[in-house]
Amino acid sequence: MKILVCISNVPDTTTKIKFAEGNASIDTTGIQWVINPWDELSLTRALELKDDAASGIKSVTVIHVGPATAEPTIRKALAIGADDAIRVNSVPSDAWFVATQIAEVVKKENFDVIMCGIESSDYNGSVVGGMISEFLGIPSVSAVSDMKFENEKPLMIREIDGGKEVVTVPVPFVAIVQKGIAKEPRIAAMRGIMLARSKPVKVVEPTTVDPLTQIAEFEKPKPRTACKFIDADNAAQLIYLLQNEAKVI
Amino acid sequence: MSVLVYTENWDGKFKKLTFELVSYATGVAKMMNTSVTAVSIGKVNENELLLLGKYGANKIINANNEQFVSLDNQVYAAVISEISVKENASVIIISNNNTGKAIAPRISVRLKAGVGSGVSKLPLNINPFTVYKRTYSGNAFAHLTIRSDVKILTLAQNSFDLIETPVDATIENLNPVVDGSLLKTVVKNIQKQSGKILLTDADIVVSGGRGMKSPDNWSPLVELANLLGAATACSRPVSDEGWRPHEEHTGQTGKIIAPNLYIAVGISGATQHLAGISSSKYIAAINIDKDAPIFEAAQYGIVGDAMKVLPKLVEAVKEIKK
Repeated sequence: MKILVCISNVPDTTTKIKFAEGNASIDTTGIQWVINPWDELSLTRALELKDDAASGIKSVTVIHVGPATAEPTIRKALAIGADDAIRVNSVPSDAWFVATQIAEVVKKENFDVIMCGIESSDYNGSVVGGMISEFLGIPSVSAVSDMKFENEKPLMIREIDGGKEVVTVPVPFVAIVQKGIAKEPRIAAMRGIMLARSKPVKVVEPTTVDPLTQIAEFEKPKPRTACKFIDADNAAQLIYLLQNEAKVI
Repeated sequence: MSVLVYTENWDGKFKKLTFELVSYATGVAKMMNTSVTAVSIGKVNENELLLLGKYGANKIINANNEQFVSLDNQVYAAVISEISVKENASVIIISNNNTGKAIAPRISVRLKAGVGSGVSKLPLNINPFTVYKRTYSGNAFAHLTIRSDVKILTLAQNSFDLIETPVDATIENLNPVVDGSLLKTVVKNIQKQSGKILLTDADIVVSGGRGMKSPDNWSPLVELANLLGAATACSRPVSDEGWRPHEEHTGQTGKIIAPNLYIAVGISGATQHLAGISSSKYIAAINIDKDAPIFEAAQYGIVGDAMKVLPKLVEAVKEIKK
């Protein structure tokens, strides 16, 4: 079986976000670009499954929708251990656009498992994985915190409000994964970095599709009021303020 | 034209989140001079359904048959899409919880509807349809314009107040016929915690970080939470160390919450942690380091050792509960 891992290229999560002139986009000066944290965990789990011969997973491909400037992020995924990569050569305008592009690629090349992180740390959309599954008319399982295979059948843990379910669906399917899917993201070793240079990255041209949404403007979150400090010896005062001033207890 | 809201139930019961969704839908419908249709899927009794009228749902579609026992994303999306078309819905409102994240994008594709996810207040504008949404994990908010005829909005939990606008709601019972070949999700086993306040539902959350020093030190924190009727949470290092279960991890890659009060104990407040809690109405922080970034996010702070401060807070809460 073959896994396709969808990866998004996002600013490092500690980045101080600044906006470009007009506030309709972010100022990318000096930004470190990384694999979206959920996608990194997703890739890690895919590689763990491939390492386990009993899983039946034979290859792990990563796909990214983005311009050539995203190549370092794709190479990083290859250095971590993906076998090959596909890049849809375009600027990702919205989730609809990205999901359309990935679905078109999957229609031409067969994958058994498509893995997506539950959200990206830039647009916090949480929709690309679900859209891909519906474009392809295949099942999706969301909020997956564990995935394994028994006799080529997936067994997943789906997180629900106040609990978990063990769920299975027929292959092919889309797994939308969250925290727990892998313990720690796998880190590229020197050998992996060397190997990544010669791994294939297939560049495909995008399908024409109009986005459905557009960011008109960004704004900063409202600044919080200054912190009111209470002396540690008089900690009970905090409870008094929460009850009588903030009125939240 | 109408505003459609998917009102999820838990074992046949609605919760605060459901009523937040209906209150929000009523607000959107008012802006558009139209009415609210609620869609309930699965077995919910009539008295429970009628509660939706209190928050402004004019019509309640009660879709129920044995196919809906557990969540199949494809089936649920098909049912909601079909009803939306029949009701001529121009806006569909769903929670931004795990269920909403599973079905909203599938409905989007079926109806070619753009999604505004994680909205936290009413649309900024109806024409062009523009919503206010969280981006960059709370470090920026976007004005997102949705151009499609049908729009889907997923509402962040605890971000919209309950507003009572009682109407006489009518219930329409529906037994939708769903293509059986769509039903592919098999649930083999369910584990549920009972009696615990869910982190995502809680009005008050008490959370511990590395400053708690050891998993053996959690009892005063749990006691404080119990006294306040609060849920317990933790920072990422704490769940990574296995001191607390990963369900408690609050932060960018863990749970994103918006309680009325978040009490951070021994948490320094890394950007990734703040991303999960910055929508809290009030943050109170206890930390030994006066320069910890958590104090920049907090309205109330105590500089001190968690182990010394927690028992004092427990005593103070016992005092006011007397």
